[in-house]
Amino acid sequence: MTAPLLQAQNLAIQFGGLKAVNDVSFEVWPHEVFSMIGPNGAGKTTIFNIISSLYKPTAGRVIFEGEAISHLAPYEIARLGIARTFQNIELFEHATVLQNLLVGRHCQRHSAWWQDLLFTPRVRRTELQFRRHAEEVIEFLDLQHYRDSMVVNLPYGVRKVVELGRALAMRPKLLLLDEPSSGLNVEETEEMGFWIEDIKNDLGITVIMVEHDMSLVSRVSDRVLALNQGEVLTLGTAAEVQAHPGVVEAYLGGVDV
Amino acid sequence: MRFIFKTRYEQDLVLFKHPGQKFWYAVLMALLLLAPLAVSEYFLSQLVFIWIYSVVGLGLMLLVGYTGQVSLGHAAFLAMGAYTEAYLQARGWPFLLSLASAAIVSGLTGVVIGLPALRVKGIYLSIATLSFGFIVEEAVTRADSITGGNTGITLGGLEIFGLPIDSEARFYYVSLAVLIICILTVMNLMRSPTGRAFVAIRDSEISAQSMGIHLARYKTIAFALSAALTGIAGALYAHKLRFISPEQFTILQSIEMLIMIVIGGLGSIYGAIFGAAFWILAQQLIVTAKDWLPPEIGQQTGLQPSIFGIFLVACVLFEPLGLYGMWLKARTFLEIFPFYRKGMFKRQKSYMKSERLK
Repeated sequence: MTAPLLQAQNLAIQFGGLKAVNDVSFEVWPHEVFSMIGPNGAGKTTIFNIISSLYKPTAGRVIFEGEAISHLAPYEIARLGIARTFQNIELFEHATVLQNLLVGRHCQRHSAWWQDLLFTPRVRRTELQFRRHAEEVIEFLDLQHYRDSMVVNLPYGVRKVVELGRALAMRPKLLLLDEPSSGLNVEETEEMGFWIEDIKNDLGITVIMVEHDMSLVSRVSDRVLALNQGEVLTLGTAAEVQAHPGVVEAYLGGVDV
Repeated sequence: MRFIFKTRYEQDLVLFKHPGQKFWYAVLMALLLLAPLAVSEYFLSQLVFIWIYSVVGLGLMLLVGYTGQVSLGHAAFLAMGAYTEAYLQARGWPFLLSLASAAIVSGLTGVVIGLPALRVKGIYLSIATLSFGFIVEEAVTRADSITGGNTGITLGGLEIFGLPIDSEARFYYVSLAVLIICILTVMNLMRSPTGRAFVAIRDSEISAQSMGIHLARYKTIAFALSAALTGIAGALYAHKLRFISPEQFTILQSIEMLIMIVIGGLGSIYGAIFGAAFWILAQQLIVTAKDWLPPEIGQQTGLQPSIFGIFLVACVLFEPLGLYGMWLKARTFLEIFPFYRKGMFKRQKSYMKSERLK
């Protein structure tokens, strides 16, 4: 048995009197797609923000590859190999798609700022290498057509793909997808599903996903964690979770007897 | 519109995107080199001011246009550069060394000012830089053993490797050379990871840090480089005027420089140059026009600020990319004549940023 890639141990976070996440523990194994579902305000995105260190948990800890990471700064999390996307796309809008992807390679830069000023041969070499890496992502996601377009001019569906691409350009070990299908039409959602499967199978990247579209969740996820009011309801395969009475109650309300 | 068929990744890294560009820049360069033979001493002096303000514009563009940190105290960095140059030159330092020192002193001050920038954002940062501007202005006035206080300092003649820079034409070449080096440096920066990190911070701090960009570090670098460029401009400015005193580096100067790059066009190197050219030439035009206008208008105080104000408002309303945007449109119009459409540069509005993470 291998070690889990990521462990959340008794995570809790409080905003004033509100317990947004309360005593949540789970493990994510390498090469799996792990989904989190739950009604609005269940704490799914909050858990993402704790993992990427944008929030500090009030209790508990996150362990990535055997090391506690909650005390690290957000930029250090990226260096460990954890990439993420955002619910409301956070792209660099006044830059081209290519530049956005290249920012994803930022962690691998070796040059200092003064070398950049002179554009030394070393900077040139890494730039060419980054360019090749970015092109691989472009090819993987079929973004050739948009390579040099400004993000601000792109339709919503494409931006969503570009954001996924930017996270992939980091070549992460763990990818956090925050509602990858929100705002996409049926066809685009299906495409997103194929990509998530490819990311897992071909690129070998572990994926944690927050998602509302149950058909996408059932199709791609190995395990599903259901949350409600910041607490774990149940954990299991998509079918098991959907059949769980607590989940039904959380979404539809309790049955009056 | 030109589409370049790219076959190698190197083509994304070149400074000149196609042979036509190389040709036109060569023509421009030749014209600029021959200018001292053709134009009057007075006009040459105006060109020198354009080069100096372009360097300031570049520095400010790096910070405001590319990194998205607004500074209302940049006149202070200009002052740091000018006074360092004056001080060191009086002590017999060679020009290149004192120019570099002016950049370093100013850049280090930029690091110090960058520190609050790590904690405050938006309007609060503007206020912090504004107060820094006042502090430097006050300090320059009080430290009269170094700066000469309100009486100012007069600079001696400039000499580079034994060659006296005693004519307007010679100083023209010196400032042009400095400007070109500064432009190339900024271009290098913007095609490298550091420049991309700046743009990332400008467009979304939250995802910049999730991409592994150390916000504090890059904001500090942006402040330092911006200040260093402004310091270089300050050193040239001191030599150009031959006399510097505190009233040249007031808050008004800071705001004017900011307006200059906004009119030029935020977020492009062209914008910095266009803004500087507009700034100097428009001042000249206004002075000339004063004699032609009826005295009720021509002799009004505040004629110049109101005209610049109107331009600024017009930019914000009609052309957010300023003069650079106009240039872009005019060029596209000519390139694809007669197929230009009115809405070609219109950006679609998007209403998706409902709740952004702060």
